[in-house]
Order: sequence, then C-alpha cells, then structure tokens
Amino acid sequence: MIVHSFHGGIHPPDNKHFTNRIPFKYLSIPQKSFIPLQQHIGKPATPVVEAGQLVEEGQLIGQANGLISANVHATVPGKVVEIAEYHTPYSEHGLCVVIESDGSFNTSGKVRQKNDFLSLDKEALIEKVQSAGIVGLGGAAFPTAVKLNPPANRTIDTLIINGSECEPYLTVDDMLMQTHPEEIIEGIQIAMKILGINKAYLGIEKNKPLAIKALQTAVANVKTHEIVIIPLNKRYPQGAEKQLIYTITKREVPSGGLPMDVHVVVQNVGTIYAIREAVLFDKPLIERYITVTGKIVRKPGNYKVRFGMRVSDILEECGGLVENPSKIIMGGPMCGLALNHMDIPVVKGTSGILFLAKNETKVTPFRSCIRCGRCVSVCPMNLIPCDLGNAAEKQRYDIAEKLHPFDCIMCGSCSYICPSKRPLSHFIKVVQTTLSAKR
Amino acid sequence: MEIKDADKKRLLEDLVLSSPPHIKDTQSVPLVMWLVVLSLMPATIFSCYLYGLYVALVIVTSIISAIVSEIIMQYLLKRPITVNDGSAVITGLLLAMNLPPHVPLWIPAIGSAFAIIIVKQLFGGLGYNIFNPALAGRAFLLASWPVEMTTLWHRFPNGYVIAQNPIFNAAMPQQLIDSISGATPLGALKEAPKLLQELSLQAQPLYDFLFSNAMIKSLFIGNIGGCIGETSAILLLLGALLLLWKKVITWHIPLSYIATVAACMGIYYYFTGVPNLHYAILFHVLSGGLILGAFFMATDMVTSPVTKTGMIIFGIGCGILASIIRLWGGYPEGVSYSILIMNGITPLIDKLTRPKVFGA
Repeated sequence: MIVHSFHGGIHPPDNKHFTNRIPFKYLSIPQKSFIPLQQHIGKPATPVVEAGQLVEEGQLIGQANGLISANVHATVPGKVVEIAEYHTPYSEHGLCVVIESDGSFNTSGKVRQKNDFLSLDKEALIEKVQSAGIVGLGGAAFPTAVKLNPPANRTIDTLIINGSECEPYLTVDDMLMQTHPEEIIEGIQIAMKILGINKAYLGIEKNKPLAIKALQTAVANVKTHEIVIIPLNKRYPQGAEKQLIYTITKREVPSGGLPMDVHVVVQNVGTIYAIREAVLFDKPLIERYITVTGKIVRKPGNYKVRFGMRVSDILEECGGLVENPSKIIMGGPMCGLALNHMDIPVVKGTSGILFLAKNETKVTPFRSCIRCGRCVSVCPMNLIPCDLGNAAEKQRYDIAEKLHPFDCIMCGSCSYICPSKRPLSHFIKVVQTTLSAKR
Repeated sequence: MEIKDADKKRLLEDLVLSSPPHIKDTQSVPLVMWLVVLSLMPATIFSCYLYGLYVALVIVTSIISAIVSEIIMQYLLKRPITVNDGSAVITGLLLAMNLPPHVPLWIPAIGSAFAIIIVKQLFGGLGYNIFNPALAGRAFLLASWPVEMTTLWHRFPNGYVIAQNPIFNAAMPQQLIDSISGATPLGALKEAPKLLQELSLQAQPLYDFLFSNAMIKSLFIGNIGGCIGETSAILLLLGALLLLWKKVITWHIPLSYIATVAACMGIYYYFTGVPNLHYAILFHVLSGGLILGAFFMATDMVTSPVTKTGMIIFGIGCGILASIIRLWGGYPEGVSYSILIMNGITPLIDKLTRPKVFGA
C-alpha cells in the first residue's frame, strides 16, 4: 500500500533512547491520591462520594455530567479525606477527591472472568466503555464512548489506530505495542465491532521497529478482520489526527470538521488497550502507563501509575533528579504543559512527565520576524504562522482573523523552527482565545 | 527517600514557565546571518587577492560604516542594540561586493550609512525593511555618483579590465579595443556593438571574443574585471552550497532566477542568430552579479516571499527584469534593479500565493 505524506512537519531529535527499551514497572501507591473530577474535555464529573467515606478500588466517585463528560473512579482503596480544590493539569482550582490509601486491593492482581465480547451488542459495548470512564489517552482526553458512537447521519468505514507517538521523549505507546500486541489487536477488534466496520489501520512511526514487528506478528493470526499495520515516516506531527488520516487514507478532514466527516474514527493505542480492559474485564480506567524521562532523571522509565498520584511522589519513586530542572513538563516537549510546581496529579490524559535541564530548554527573548518562511514550509495546516504572529503581536485581530487561526492544530512546529525564536503557536493561541471571546 | 518541603522549593528554583513547544531548533537569526557572512568569505578573499589589498579596505570601511550606523540609529530610536546579530555586517559586506574595486573610501562609507539608516532602520529595522538594504544603497550610490560607480574598475597588468588580451582581427581599430578593454564583460557587450555600428564594422569578431570558451573559463574562475563580489562564480557557488546545505536558503529563488535569465538569453540570441548560443547563455549566467545576486541577495529572507510558489514567481520576475535591462536597458547590468523591483512587489506575491489551508 502506498503511504502518502502530509505537508510540512519537522524533525526534532526524538530522544526516545532514554526509555524505549525499559519495560513497564509499577509505581507504589502514594499515601494520598488527588483525583481530579475533571480529567477530560467537557464538563467535570459530579462527585458521588462524601468526605469520610470509605471507597473501594475502582468505585465510582464522580458521575459523568452530561454527554461530553466522563466517569471518574477511585484509583486506590481507602478513605475520602476531603473533596476540595487543588491545582490540576486542567485548572488552578480543580475539584479533587482526595483519598488516603488504606484497606485492601480487592481487584488488583486477581484473575478475572473474561467477558465474551462477541456475544455483546453495540449498545452494551458502548455502555461498558462509557461506564469505565474511558477518554482518549493520547492527550486530548475526549470521552471515548462519544467518539465510538457517531450520529446516525455519519457513516464510518475506517478505524485508524494511532501508534505513531511522534512526540519526542515519550515511549509509552511504543512499549505498550512491544509488550501487549495481542491485547491491542483484540482491542481493535472490539472497537471495530462497536463501529460495525471491517477495516482498520494501525499507523506506527518507523522509529519503533520492535513495536511494528510485534504487531505484524500478532495481526498475522487475525482472519476475520482486515487490520493493516502501516509503518509511517518519522516526522512530527505525524500523530496529529488530521495528518494521520490524510497520510493513511488521503482524506482531508474539512476545516472546522471532525474525522467522522470523512468517515474515519481515530483512537490512540493506549485507549484501545483501555477499551479492551473495560469490555473484557469490566475494569474502570484507574491507571495508565506514563513515561518519566529526561537526561536529569535518575531512573527514567515507563511506569504504570494510578491517576491522582502527584508528580512529586512519582519523582521520588524514580530516584529524583541529578540537577535542578529548568522545566517540568506534563506530556511531551512539543505539546506538553509546563508545570510550576510538582504537587500536580497525573490524570487520564497524561502520557509522560519530562524533566528538562537548563541547557535543553533555552528561553531566550524573541526577535522580530525576518520573514524567512520556515514556519510556512513546516505548517502541516498550510497556514502563514509568521503573519498570524505579527498580527497577534500588534493586536491586529482583524488581520489575524482572515488568516484562518482556528485551523491551527497547536502542534508547535512553527515555534520550533523559528530562527527568531518567536512563540508563534502561542501567538496563534492568543488570537484564538481573543476571537472566541469576542464572538 | 522523602522529599522535604524545603527540598521541593530548592528543586523549583530554576524553573521556567512558558507555553509549548519546550524545545527549539538550533538555528537562530545570528547563526543564519553569520553563516551568510561565512559563505561569502571565499569570494571576498579571492577578490582581495585578485584586485589587491585596497579591496579589503573598501570592505572593512563598508562594514564599519554599517555597524556604526546601526548602533547610532538603534540608540536614537531607543531600540535594543542588535548589531551582534550579524545583519548589519552582511549589509556592509554585500554593499562592498557591489562596488568597483577602486572606489574612494567615502563611497562605501556613505552607501552603507544610507542602506542602514534610510532603508533598514527608518523602515523599522531587521525584518521590516521592504528593500534589500545593500542593493538600495548601491542604487543610491549609482544614481548619485555614476562616474565613481562605473569607471573605477581594476586594470590588470596588461592594462585591460578583461584579464585576457582581447586580440582581434587586425581590422579592428584601436578605439574599439580600448573601449572593450576598459569595461567589464557586460559593459563591453553593451557598448561595443554601438561603436561597431558607428564605425560600420562587423559585430561578429566581438561576439566570437565574448561568447568563447576562454571567456566562460575566465568568468567561472573569476579572472575578470567587475565589482568586488562579481569575480569568481565557482567560489560564490561554493558559498551558496554551504547555505543550501545548512538550509539557510532554498533552491527556489536562485534556480528560478538563473534559469529564467538563461531562457530569456537563449531565446534572444537564438533569434538574433549568434553562432555559439550555449556560450552566449553561459556568458550571461556567469557574468556580472547574477550568481551573487541570485544566491545571496534575491534570497534575502526579509525582502523575498515566504511561500515556495511565491519564491519561484519572485525568481522568474527577477530573471525577466534582469534580462530586459541587460538587453535593452540603459545599464549593462540589471541584477540589482531586478531584485529591488521584485522586493517592491513581494507583499503582493505573498498575498496571491497563500497556500490553500488544509481541509478548506
């Protein structure tokens, strides 16, 4: 099959060697877990427990509030100490259920009954995904049940699994594909049954040869469905939804549209793995794999972490740092969030924690645009980032509005490449927020 | 190991907060500018060797004038002093490369000052100038002091500007030989045919001389008269390769520019019936400031389009204008004016070549 390519993109050093051969390890459970009620795009969940209450592992503690929302479960057994506002990745004052761990783990480590998903119908399967509180684990954290259940007027013919993991440093998806290929293929079959389709593609960047090999072996046994493993050229942002769809199917998601407009659903490999756990074992989403990495981390690796564990607790488990970090990033270096302290909990959308040393992330004052056009040639959406940046800098939002600011996918390629070190994607974000506020 | 609160605080001492992305490419504006300076060094040094050390004095004067003007203007306009970004040095160096080797030193001094003060800083500084400062400086000098700017060529030991002996058919009068040998190759091509017509002589020997293997060789190696930076095509191309390799410039502008000049000249000389058509084309590609202009001045990022399509249109436009000026204009050389004119319509090109947004 011919693999097309998307326009633009960059080749940042991928720095995956720190962790891409380190198998998963469990981190021990922290004394206190701070579980945010908002770990997804949409409305925060409504708390259904009270302070002082004892909760079991996996017990529902936050009920999805409306369609675009997700259930939240107790990630550890113990006592609810308080329900209070704490700093979370989504908000400075995010409501969290704080659980002091205590009591027994009555589900972890036990062999569970495996449901036969073939005997379940679409509604029952979606119900399982919804009640497990699954959201997109690639980072966007959109409720998965909604994505798997498109409106009746949208036909879906293709499922694309995103295993490209184009963000530098991160290796969770890579390790998941290396170690759990059969489970991922099974998860893909479940998702295909939910969508009622027969065709799926799994795109993996070529810098993950072991993952590609493992999945190709696993997929060889599948006879009932057509699942194609597609090695992709290494280029950021290959994993961006629109670019991935275009690369594999040559379909362009229309401006302002969604993948379902071109009959495609995209799921991250981690999400597929979680869907399988939810459907086969009724397991709520209470933990995920994350990469803790950076040159200055004593024990970098890929770890299984319960949501609500704070960065400081994770860092202790990873042996601390050899020098003071210049940046602590939740996510990857291209799209991740810079933290200003370490008392922030890991949530469903956290794919990694990256510690950068001083010489790895220079923040220099930016210069004026020299119109070199590099941002134009790397923009995967064909925008003119330099003009948008200049308009934003002069607060000429009237000019910026005509330059398609809302088509920006915030990949950061323009900011990365700019020789004047202009924060172009930040400028575009400012344009987006300002224009949205005016509307 | 328990991390104490005090330890936590100390850990966060060096923390920086900023929006993503948190990693950046290693190339910066100063690096780009200094790479351009470096890439011009082979041709510059060769020029000093070929025309004598006075050339070095012209170049240094030009650069110092550019630097001083930049500092004074940024100080007066209360802008940050950014002279270490190398852009003023490039302007000074490029302006000097566009001057005849034996100009008096006040020429580069005034030219660079005009380029930086009027063309660059008064328009807003680096990134905001509409016209290439070095070329605008040259245009200003040419308009103001035409004699200094067009006659002070280097004369080789044989007394000629064209280094090799222009040996002609004995029928050629001394008057003609003098006129050719005192001008640059392009100047000879422009002036000699008129003179030949006045003397009602055949133009053929002239073309045989200019469009010859020996002449192309001289142009390629640089053993020829002309502006300081117009000497050696091969050394300029060497510098251009560095810029292409380091991705400071792309092929779009230089290639479309040079190819257009070659095409225009090919068509013109095909219809005028010059016997050595390929030499005629090569003569135009290698002579004058085309190589210097196409690789080092038309590619000036600030004054050229940002889209790839725009760059190609820009290059083609430069090529057509340069050819028209060379063939029918009042000046023997049209490279600098072609680039300046195209600089002026760059915003229009950018507007017309905006790519189709993905999904639109």
